[in-house]
Amino acid sequence: MIFSEEQLNKVNAIINRYPEGKQKSAILPILHLAQQQGGGWLDVSSMDYVASLLNIKPIEVYEVATFYSMYNTKSVGKYVFEVCQTGPCMLNGSDDIIKYIEDKLSIKKGETTADGLFTLKVVECLGACGYAPMMQFGKTYREHLTKEKVDSIIEECIAKAAANN
Amino acid sequence: MSKKLLLDKIGIEGIKGFEVYRREGGYKSVEKAFKMQPNDIVEEVKKSGLRGRGGAGFPTGMKWSFLAKPEGVARYLVCNADESEPGTFKDRYLMEFIPHLLIEGMIVSSYTLGSKISYIYIRGEYDWITDILENAIEEARQNGFLGKNILDSGFDCEIYVHRGAGAYICGEETALLESLEGKRGLPRIKPPFPAVKGVWGSPTVVNNVETIAAIVPIINEGGEAYSKIGVGRSTGTKLISACGNINKPGVYEIDMTISVEEFIFSDEYCGGIPNGKRLKACIPGGSSVPILPANLLLKTAKGETRLMNYESLADGGFVTGSMMGSGGFIVLDEDQCVVRHTLTLARFYHHESCGQCSPCREGTGWMEKVFTKIENGKGEMKDIDLLWDIQRKIEGNTICPLGDAAAWPVAAAIRHFRDEFEWHVLNPEECLKRNYGLAHYADELQAPVTA
Ligand SMILES: Cc1cc2nc3c(=O)[nH]c(=O)nc-3n(C[C@H](O)[C@H](O)[C@H](O)COP(=O)(O)O)c2cc1C
Ligand code: SF4
Ligand code: FES
Repeated sequence: MIFSEEQLNKVNAIINRYPEGKQKSAILPILHLAQQQGGGWLDVSSMDYVASLLNIKPIEVYEVATFYSMYNTKSVGKYVFEVCQTGPCMLNGSDDIIKYIEDKLSIKKGETTADGLFTLKVVECLGACGYAPMMQFGKTYREHLTKEKVDSIIEECIAKAAANN
Repeated sequence: MSKKLLLDKIGIEGIKGFEVYRREGGYKSVEKAFKMQPNDIVEEVKKSGLRGRGGAGFPTGMKWSFLAKPEGVARYLVCNADESEPGTFKDRYLMEFIPHLLIEGMIVSSYTLGSKISYIYIRGEYDWITDILENAIEEARQNGFLGKNILDSGFDCEIYVHRGAGAYICGEETALLESLEGKRGLPRIKPPFPAVKGVWGSPTVVNNVETIAAIVPIINEGGEAYSKIGVGRSTGTKLISACGNINKPGVYEIDMTISVEEFIFSDEYCGGIPNGKRLKACIPGGSSVPILPANLLLKTAKGETRLMNYESLADGGFVTGSMMGSGGFIVLDEDQCVVRHTLTLARFYHHESCGQCSPCREGTGWMEKVFTKIENGKGEMKDIDLLWDIQRKIEGNTICPLGDAAAWPVAAAIRHFRDEFEWHVLNPEECLKRNYGLAHYADELQAPVTA
């Protein structure tokens, strides 16, 4: 994975948000960019590349990438469902939603479908407790989930994937 | 209708954009503040009685007055928008629907503290809100409220949004600063406090989103006027995010004089419990604060009506009271299982422990295991005592308060719902099929409860 010129400009703009010599602070935002560019996950070479951009040691990047739950250090499907399972969501039926997705996609939590299309992750409270049950899907949230809504999200993904091929 | 200071304009069409926000009186506090001396603003904030809205409730004016000001060293304001405490989603609401209020508060606060570069540390999952804030910042800059020599005041200021990447612990202020420095979010040992040695070794103030937003009405209306709203040391208004088994989950701005009962059952707020069910229990201030059974929630042990404010929610200490915390209000109806709910919280804290201190790292994992065992009908009576024992060994023995935050919900669940735990042990098969129910948790309190 390498960044385009446009992305590199963005990287520089991010680095400039922090005082001189503190470019390491840019690591989280730049890892977000790298993960997006790298198909939803960070392989070792991407992390090494980020280290070189920030002029820090690769281990400093690995340390960070493995600490934060949003970074995937293993490959994921094209569409990732991150369903919240914490108390308030549980009170509103998140366990049933998780079970429903598992059955529907024939995968368990943490797994990816054989066609590489879907990954199901369970996550902890995402700050949407009043709109439960919910999941993170890409940049935004899908809230007040029902089985029907899950069906339509899955269909939406399949249609999008078909259109891209 | 209680008085609103933060969300009063949230329903106005277009308030997300600069133009409408400004037309509705936005950014006036910046103009007013620039005519004041920073020290006078700190005094106004002290007078207002504003207490930090992030959870700990520390007086904001006092925190600001502790900021060290060594000659020639930069100072920083960092807004804590990490919002990861289960049950809490108020900051998101404010940032999503009235982003300029936060930016306005940031400019006034930055001027007061002398921070020329200020950051908003937002949880990574709030990706779309990052865009909203960056857009608001750009609009403010284009209208001369950010950048060099703002409104000819001689004050320069930039605000940047820094997105986290999924870690509850980064809401703890020193872990947040580590994360802002591009490291793992491992809390620092205090002292030194951030006010002396914060981000990059410079004096730093960390404040919650709602705290910073509240600076705007305090400057506009004066600290004195602000302090007259509410009651006692609970001044001003408070955002409460309500969730769980209620008819109208959402974010409410309350003045802190209303009762808990009114908050849950009136149509102005939560609108009661769905399907005619009864109230069993509630965690009134985010997952870290003690859970209370219905009877102790609505009335204090002395039999007084419990109110939605710092003092009343804490009345009775941890024996019969709870805390205002972050304002994450979680309601459980009669069909919910306290053991199961607390299990999800134990799992949460285990997942979020940074692993630096062994009582927290090992204790949270152990508690999750024991909870899982009891919830699945495999528990023994001694497991309940074991849980009690583990949480006692975590509390007070760790670097940061996450350890306490993991211990308190477990302690309170056992303290108030012990018979529900015992029922799981005594009925290993039945507990898989049904929940314990309301039992006596809503009954009128017999005698005053004492320690
Ligand atoms: C584990 C842990 C998580 C926290 N999470 C948050 C948070 O998400 N948002 C927040 O404002 N404060 C959080 N706090 C409190 C902060 O450490 C800090 O006290 C607060 O940001 C100060 O702002 P205030 O004085 O305006 O409340 C957390 C504290 C701990 C121990
Ligand atoms: S108490 Fe827990 S989260 Fe806090 S520093 Fe120790 S191990 Fe980390
Ligand atoms: S518990 Fe699921 S979003 Fe908070």
